[in-house]
Amino acid sequence: MSQAIKKVVAEFLQEAGKKDRDIVVLCSDSRGSGAFGPYAEELPEQFVEVGIAEQNLVGISAGLASCGKRPFAVSPASFLSTRSMEQAKVDVAYSNTNVKLLGISGGVSYGALGMTHHSATDIADMASIPGMRVYLPSDGPQAKCLMKELVKDTDPAYVRYGRNAVEDVYEEGNVPFVMDRATTVREGKDLTIIACGEMVWQAKKAAEQLESEGIHARVLDMYCIKPFDGEAVRKAAEETGAILTVEEHTAYGGLGSLVAQLTAREHPTRVRSLALPDAPVVTGTTPEIFKHYGLDAEGIAKAARELVG
Amino acid sequence: MEAQEWTRLAKKAVDIREEVVKMIYRAKTGHIGGDLSETDILVDLYYRQMNVSPENQKDENRDRFVLSKGHSVEALYAVLADKGYFPKKDLETYSQYGSKFIGHPNNKIPGIEMNSGSLGHGLSVGVGMALAGKMDKRPYRVYVVLGDGECGEGSVWEAAMAGSQYGLDNLTAFVDRNRLQISGTTEQVMHQDSAEERWASYGWNVLSIPGNDLYSIDDAVDLAKHTKGKPTVIVANTTKGCGISFIENKAAWHHKVPSEAEYQEALKELAERRATL
Repeated sequence: MSQAIKKVVAEFLQEAGKKDRDIVVLCSDSRGSGAFGPYAEELPEQFVEVGIAEQNLVGISAGLASCGKRPFAVSPASFLSTRSMEQAKVDVAYSNTNVKLLGISGGVSYGALGMTHHSATDIADMASIPGMRVYLPSDGPQAKCLMKELVKDTDPAYVRYGRNAVEDVYEEGNVPFVMDRATTVREGKDLTIIACGEMVWQAKKAAEQLESEGIHARVLDMYCIKPFDGEAVRKAAEETGAILTVEEHTAYGGLGSLVAQLTAREHPTRVRSLALPDAPVVTGTTPEIFKHYGLDAEGIAKAARELVG
Repeated sequence: MEAQEWTRLAKKAVDIREEVVKMIYRAKTGHIGGDLSETDILVDLYYRQMNVSPENQKDENRDRFVLSKGHSVEALYAVLADKGYFPKKDLETYSQYGSKFIGHPNNKIPGIEMNSGSLGHGLSVGVGMALAGKMDKRPYRVYVVLGDGECGEGSVWEAAMAGSQYGLDNLTAFVDRNRLQISGTTEQVMHQDSAEERWASYGWNVLSIPGNDLYSIDDAVDLAKHTKGKPTVIVANTTKGCGISFIENKAAWHHKVPSEAEYQEALKELAERRATL
């Protein structure tokens, strides 16, 4: 089945908010984009509209958190990770306030709207802030597992997910989820494809294609960019000898960089990174953009063949 | 405010200024001009108006204070030490290797609610604190001190919009209107006049006062407490470097460190002031 992660997250918070009045959702004229309309209708006392003002969105969230609230600040990932990056650094991470930043419409979700609306640097932006955790759930069922953890804990986090419906990688009610541990989507011995966010489903499809050709690819879902599951990467390097990383993000400071740093330090391995270019991306729909840069199943399979071939 | 109370506060203000000068002279760093201009505001808030003390620092109903102009932290450190949040002796480590007493507020230090230093953050945080108070129907009040140069940050005005949008009458902001910033006068660098009209146009209750006058500060805070339906901004027309004649009203003293001779002269002036009280 396919569903939009944003809907899963919003519905989860609406249910959680009914039981916990300290849960507060803040939007920057983004309730529609984030699917928080029904939440705002049902829980108006636990909803704050700040208008088009992302810095204020995050600063207000920090103030609420410092007084015991559990705020979730919702804004397009492109703006949240850059316009309000300093508030994320100072008011949230440095001050250690319990603010969860929800970067909606992440990556190239906005397709033809162009570079202003793409968040191709948010992993690097947010993961480089001391004290900020970074998560990119791959589908609805996993996002729900992640939210269950985040709603309980008290530390800052940034979560990025896309705008459009995505195919489920996991089965609802049967998600192999351990907080801050990469999920092994499938086992394999010839190489490991490490992906995050929407790229995981593409990686899974690629692995199925490769399997039919006799290439056994392990697929790791690195939804937890920070804290990073280095152990899973080290094991992949040791056991499969080649790693292909796939991310809806620039190569600078993203998943590929993290994997390469870790393997260079702990188990030097061939690593190839598939990522968005160091340039504004081509105009198109999200699938067209993925295909253009080889970030779809076909492109991933091609890169995998080259890597093991 | 009774005359006797005024005297008590005025003496405190001298004590705090003296501690600020000592701290900055010892460490050879600090923002002396802004410390001295905001001192009277801090004294009225911490020694008379706010219900904060080391004993109630975990109390959910305590008043909240945010020093948005975080570089003027030395005066805040002096106040918190004097109130007993930590030993006065700790101030000797200010800016020293490994000290938690850095040049801007951080909430690892007892009594400090939020980290600041980068300008334009504090008012948004104060709006969030005040909103939380409204949501939970708590009686506490929130105070934020901004610099006038700081009001060049656009985020201040995002917060100003939200403060009036949500009718946060439990929020009071001070603008330390000393009319100077690092590069010169505020009017030369990026004009702020009329600060009062700007804030009024954003829907705030505006009070403009002589900002180093304890009676005026105290009356303004009282008025803010009785203002319903909107937040109050107190434009405190202060003198940068207030209390030490050769530091007063000179942009160069934004973060200049006194020489040995200047240090002695500053202490002498403060002692003379104390003798008049």
